[in-house]
Amino acid sequence: MTGADVLVIGGGLHGCSAALHLALKGVAVTLVEKDYVGRHASGVNAGGVRRLGRALPEIPLSVASMELWRRIEELTDDDCGFESHGQIKIAESEEDLAKCRARRAAVMEAGFAHEEIIGQDELRALAPAVSDHCVGGLISRGDGAALPFRTVQAFRNKAARLGTRIIEGVAVRGVARSGGIWTATLADGRRLQAPVVVNSAGAWADRFAAAVGEPVPLEAVAPMLMITERRAPFLTPVVGAMSRTLSFKQFPNGTTLIGGGYLGRADPDRNVAAVDVRALAENARTVRDLFPVMRDAQIVRAWAGIEARTPDGLPVIGPSATEPGLLHSFGYSLHGFQLGPIVGSLLAELIVHGRTNLPIEPFSIARFAAGRPA
Amino acid sequence: MIELGQVAHLDASYDLVVIGAGPAGLACAAQASAGGARTLLVDENAAPGGQIYRSVGATPLRARRDILGADYWTGEELASSFAASGAAYLAGATVWQVSPEREIGLSKDGSARLIDARHVVMATGALERPFPIPGWTQPGVMTAGAAQILLKTAGATATGRVVLAGSGPLLWLIAAQSLAAGRSFSAILDTTPKANWTAALAHLPSFLASPYLAKGLKLLRRVRREIAVVSGVTALEAEGDGRLERVRYVAGGETRTIGADHLFLHQGVTPNVNMASAAGCELVWDDLQLCWRPKADAWGRTSVPGIAVAGDGAGIAGAEAAALRGSLAALDALDALGLLPGDEKTRRAAPLRKTLARYDRGRGFLDALYRPAKSFRTADGDTIACRCEEVTGGQIRAAVADLHVAGPNQLKSFLRCGMGPCQGRLCGLTVSETIADARGVSPADVGYYRLRSPVKPITLAEIATLDQTEADVKAVARG
Repeated sequence: MTGADVLVIGGGLHGCSAALHLALKGVAVTLVEKDYVGRHASGVNAGGVRRLGRALPEIPLSVASMELWRRIEELTDDDCGFESHGQIKIAESEEDLAKCRARRAAVMEAGFAHEEIIGQDELRALAPAVSDHCVGGLISRGDGAALPFRTVQAFRNKAARLGTRIIEGVAVRGVARSGGIWTATLADGRRLQAPVVVNSAGAWADRFAAAVGEPVPLEAVAPMLMITERRAPFLTPVVGAMSRTLSFKQFPNGTTLIGGGYLGRADPDRNVAAVDVRALAENARTVRDLFPVMRDAQIVRAWAGIEARTPDGLPVIGPSATEPGLLHSFGYSLHGFQLGPIVGSLLAELIVHGRTNLPIEPFSIARFAAGRPA
Repeated sequence: MIELGQVAHLDASYDLVVIGAGPAGLACAAQASAGGARTLLVDENAAPGGQIYRSVGATPLRARRDILGADYWTGEELASSFAASGAAYLAGATVWQVSPEREIGLSKDGSARLIDARHVVMATGALERPFPIPGWTQPGVMTAGAAQILLKTAGATATGRVVLAGSGPLLWLIAAQSLAAGRSFSAILDTTPKANWTAALAHLPSFLASPYLAKGLKLLRRVRREIAVVSGVTALEAEGDGRLERVRYVAGGETRTIGADHLFLHQGVTPNVNMASAAGCELVWDDLQLCWRPKADAWGRTSVPGIAVAGDGAGIAGAEAAALRGSLAALDALDALGLLPGDEKTRRAAPLRKTLARYDRGRGFLDALYRPAKSFRTADGDTIACRCEEVTGGQIRAAVADLHVAGPNQLKSFLRCGMGPCQGRLCGLTVSETIADARGVSPADVGYYRLRSPVKPITLAEIATLDQTEADVKAVARG
């Protein structure tokens, strides 16, 4: 039986970020990952570093996280492949432009100014290959993208260098609390003890929550991505659309990535996800319509990652509502990557100082407790 | 046979879809169709024959039957019995998906389509085993199989100084076919490890009784009479400045160089397993043939219900065995479809199995003799393992040592190897074996690339032509 101050369950970006920020504060952390770090959602997502289009309650966290992204190399000793060429949601019609204006107003009302309207000329200047019918859009200029697997590895490695013990390839079979001490039983029979547990187990997080008597409605979903062959450079910002599901970008090596949230089939029990080509066809039509230059691009790979989605689309962040010494951080499907740096930091604040200045009430697990609207 | 011109002419579903028109696929489709199954045979090439009987109906060498040898022309018989069958046939098409539920995604001439099959037989054949020697990616170096394709389809042979290097029965066949076409080689560098003879001799009695012996001896005699053969080659290097200029090799402990404009490499073939793997079929590591193959029973049934494999794609056994295994898979499909009474399947399979056993007898000897040396199967130092992403053996070994990478899928994340346009078809074996070598374990413990659709590249415009259903638009509108 070995002990630590904090036991982190799940080696995705959120688990690794919590471990890193705790280690920076001198806390002894053990992180347990059933596969390898970054195996699922954290390692295979689209890598969008995006404040654009966030649900209003998430904006303060997202804006604070962007400050950490800007000095990501200082934090992790690796640039994580982060590049900031903006993110744009394309307007294809006057109605779309009206939606852009309404969204801009709502964000301003909440006290933030990072989402701006651009007209057709600026859209063409930023994305010269865009189809003629596109009339403008909404832009967040400081947004961008990073390399997901490299990022999660960078957080893992820095945490490890600061003394975090990382156990990969071994699942946590169960956790139980006795007095002020949690005991986790691993698949290989080992047992680990710690006064504090962070549940950042992604699409498997609901199992741990349920096991300690705090059930939470969580759905495992499998958003799909496609990669094309290398093309001559034609796009630097990450592009979405106001009225369609899309995330589209070109990497420095010329390959392009097409995604946005079309779902394949997730099978968390078997640890696999399957691609649904029919759903990808709509994704392909969107790119063809917005960027005609892509018509003959060859798709060389498609995949789906297993992610966790809550009924209201917001993550669960913060202390358990029923168990002392337990914190949750999960339910980020399609919008967790950019939040990784800040949520790890605020969890470390909560654990070490008992408080955080960031507004996390909207993410409390208590919102799903019996009798409360889900 | 009813040839279909475009994917729009396909039915929405078939009793049996056979993928690949080599010997296994042709035999399977002809037999299944004759047995009453609504059968589709879909193939990449423009004409039936697969690789072994490529262009059998259309080669410019028809007037010179001696060049390609009598075995090649047995393909004609298979192709004509298929042509006489009632099966539907879609040529020049790409199958880019077979799902575990047997939904098949295919495209031809820029249009894509999804169809359903009650049964699928994958007869996807073999690929040449990768041969990662220093310099193998430079111009002037190609696989011997690619050179053979030029001969079969265009009657073309290379000009200049040509060196053939490697091992395996096909190496000698290609040499003999080239000689017959009037093209010789500067040298054949035989990389068959001398130690293999000891292991092979144990299989000699059954080999002597097999149909391979006479053919093999004839080939070897003809080639050795006309070309200088260097045996016991233990190292090879393709050298040149921007293109091949010479081949450096080690034989009997001595290093020599030979000037060359072309180097043809070959060290056997391995099952083309990517489609089966992406369909969810379990793969097993074959330690004798040193390759992955789908786990399959005596009828070719894989771990996925309704999906079978036949021919070299199910394990290397040669063209004659492939046709027999195609027929067995057809009988099993007919039985499962309720088109064979009682134990008709077993009764009709008996003579096929008897003939198959004759061919199987000789395989043990060939497999043991032509097992390539580890140094030719794994990459080291600056030698490229993954050509698409230019990942070297040294990088792979460093990732294992420094980053504790345990298998090919994790390696994709770190080094991008296997993520280029070939989707790991060309480097998969090299990468599994190099990781296994660096870790000191069997490739069975290392695993293979996790593959998903599309298993062959498809254009964005093609995938966009797939019909839209309501489920498509039920997606989350978040970026």
